[in-house]
Amino acid sequence: MIKTASTSIAFALTASTALAATDITWWHGMGGRNGEVINEISQQFNDAQDQCNLTPVSRGTYEEALSSGIAAFRSGEQPNILQVFDAGAATIISAEGATIPAEDLITGAGEEFDREAFIAGVRNFYADSDGKFIGMPFNSSAPILYYNRAALEEAGVEPPQTWEEFEQIAPALRDAGYIPMTASQLTWMMVENFKSRNNQQFATNNNGYDVVEGTEIIVSDENQVMMFEKLKEWADEDLYGFYGAGWADNLKPFEEGEAAMWIGSSGSFGGLQQSADFDFDAVYMPYWDSIEGAGTQSFIGGAALFAMAGRPDEENACTARFFTFLTSPETQFFWHRSTGYVPITEAAYEMAKSEGYYDDQPVAEVGIQQLMLEGGEWSKGYRLGFYPQIRTVMEREFNRIFSDEVAVQDAFDIIEEEGNALLARFAKTAQ
Amino acid sequence: MTDTPLTLAQTDGRALARLRRWWSGETANPVKRVQFDRPLTPWMFLLPQLAVVAIFFYWPSVQAVTSSFYLEDPFGFGATFVGLDNYTDALTSRGYLSTASFTAFFCVVVTALSLGIGLLLAVKADKVIRGAETYKTLLISVYAIAPPVAGLIGMMFFDMHMGPFTEIAAWFGHDLRVGIDYWDTASALIVISVWKQIPYNFIFFLSGLQSVPVSVREAALIDARSGWRRFRDITLPLLAPTAFFLLVINITYTMFDTFPIIDVIVKDKPANNPMTLVYKVYLDGFKGNDIGGSSAQSVILMVVVAALTVLQFRFLERRVHYG
Repeated sequence: MIKTASTSIAFALTASTALAATDITWWHGMGGRNGEVINEISQQFNDAQDQCNLTPVSRGTYEEALSSGIAAFRSGEQPNILQVFDAGAATIISAEGATIPAEDLITGAGEEFDREAFIAGVRNFYADSDGKFIGMPFNSSAPILYYNRAALEEAGVEPPQTWEEFEQIAPALRDAGYIPMTASQLTWMMVENFKSRNNQQFATNNNGYDVVEGTEIIVSDENQVMMFEKLKEWADEDLYGFYGAGWADNLKPFEEGEAAMWIGSSGSFGGLQQSADFDFDAVYMPYWDSIEGAGTQSFIGGAALFAMAGRPDEENACTARFFTFLTSPETQFFWHRSTGYVPITEAAYEMAKSEGYYDDQPVAEVGIQQLMLEGGEWSKGYRLGFYPQIRTVMEREFNRIFSDEVAVQDAFDIIEEEGNALLARFAKTAQ
Repeated sequence: MTDTPLTLAQTDGRALARLRRWWSGETANPVKRVQFDRPLTPWMFLLPQLAVVAIFFYWPSVQAVTSSFYLEDPFGFGATFVGLDNYTDALTSRGYLSTASFTAFFCVVVTALSLGIGLLLAVKADKVIRGAETYKTLLISVYAIAPPVAGLIGMMFFDMHMGPFTEIAAWFGHDLRVGIDYWDTASALIVISVWKQIPYNFIFFLSGLQSVPVSVREAALIDARSGWRRFRDITLPLLAPTAFFLLVINITYTMFDTFPIIDVIVKDKPANNPMTLVYKVYLDGFKGNDIGGSSAQSVILMVVVAALTVLQFRFLERRVHYG
């Protein structure tokens, strides 16, 4: 009897300390290993202090996380923190009043914030045109070319730096019995980052950063069409394997050792270490030597965290605190090490270097180095409304290209036409 | 006997009886008189159902119609009245029209195949004597599988890296590319949807067949030796009410309930894969956050389904004999 009483008192005590902490929630769109690491980071944050208690909730995919965040906002049930992916950036940033700019939140809570602490490639993507951080960059990635070391050795070739080199080595890989290359998300790799790596303009109005009104997408130009004509040609000659718009369908041949090279995300590193039972390495995403000024840095992919508006002040203070915690070199290095996403601050990168992490895992450094390459006029980012739908249009046309239903030029004319219609529609909603 | 003045209770009783008659419509048709003592009782019974319909159908429908005339930012900060723009945008868009024609095609093919195969299996199962129960249970068991699971099972068969159907197609020299080639995906979608729906049709057809009176069957046996003729002239007309009911249900199934199957097959990357109108409403509204456009599409869909239902009941049901 006494024992039960004392346990219940002990329970009441722990419960009251837990109650004293302010609860905040974080909706994200990550699964698998990355989702586990998010839980670990939240636990670390909760253990490090006792005023705030953070609960991470997985809301499915990136798209689903954004949609459920929006639906929740409309009914006044929004979480404190919402993870929004690169393509959804315009949607959430244009909705002023839906979020509290990360920079205001942090400085408002009396904590320090230094834009310059972030690595160059990360600074602009989720910022407004003055450079103020609206979203807090979180999981930043770059598309990189992974390769199966044994396969390349067997064919006696070196990993390609440029697409010209790829054309030279691919037949040898094919003749050695491999699918030379697959790529998981053509919209991100062969359009958006084709633009950044080759320093090509992606949209009018400074890639859409200046104004929403009148922004038009530029994709039916000679170089973009050339990229896809080449891909189609390679697919016909069995130099490139196209397996539809799904990420995993294109990754599978590489994981199973059938494909020699795979263009994926630097954030795929953690998962790949578990799923691939062969020795792999990575190089930068190739660019075209024939395009003048090419070889610039890539856009950051991945997602950022947004502090949703309309929550009580004490919760916002906790959110600010968590953002600061998240950018600390220790947390960033942990995240980087566990997932393969790049560290977003210079300090975290230095820490990873000084601890000799890249000596053991050189693949992990490829993404961040690619983001730190020299920037070009058009490699900072893009801001396009209804962009998830524009990606859907692209995916539809790409499937049609590879099943011989449409010529490449016609496909891109259609993408441009439908993309511009969507952008015009978005401009109307943003008024 | 002289008229005795009526007591108060009696007058009251008569007035109530008259009111009751009026409520129940007794005077109109005594045969169909409803047996309720109190006028409010039927309404009380109806109330939960009416509340469900009002909350889950009328209220959202009104909202959909309203927002279909507006262009709204996703977060709901402001809406601009755009008249019929959302409708004209939808009806003139290439994507919408091709989705609409695929939906019509899909509806006809899936309904025809699942009704046809369901009927064939029912007729054959009706004749089985030994092990009839096992046979029927096996046929019905698929119905217990939830649509998303059916989609997953189907996709394992059609998987482009390791699906057995992909390998079988390869023997015949066809490179089956579900998820890339439009018609390959459409075929997979049809096969899985039909497979999922056959048991449902089978159950209803079988019970329909078993309710055909033995005397009628025997009389038919004397009149015609040909099994096909007996089936065509006697069994089929007697099955008509069941078939009509199933037709309505199957069309609704293909238009709405195949959603999870499509969702599993396209793996949230619609690309150029075929899809139904409902799936497109979901994509544009929930994935694309275009609430006005998506609402307009759902209103169009509502009108189409309403028209279809009216047509079915006005023209088809007249030919059905309920016996």
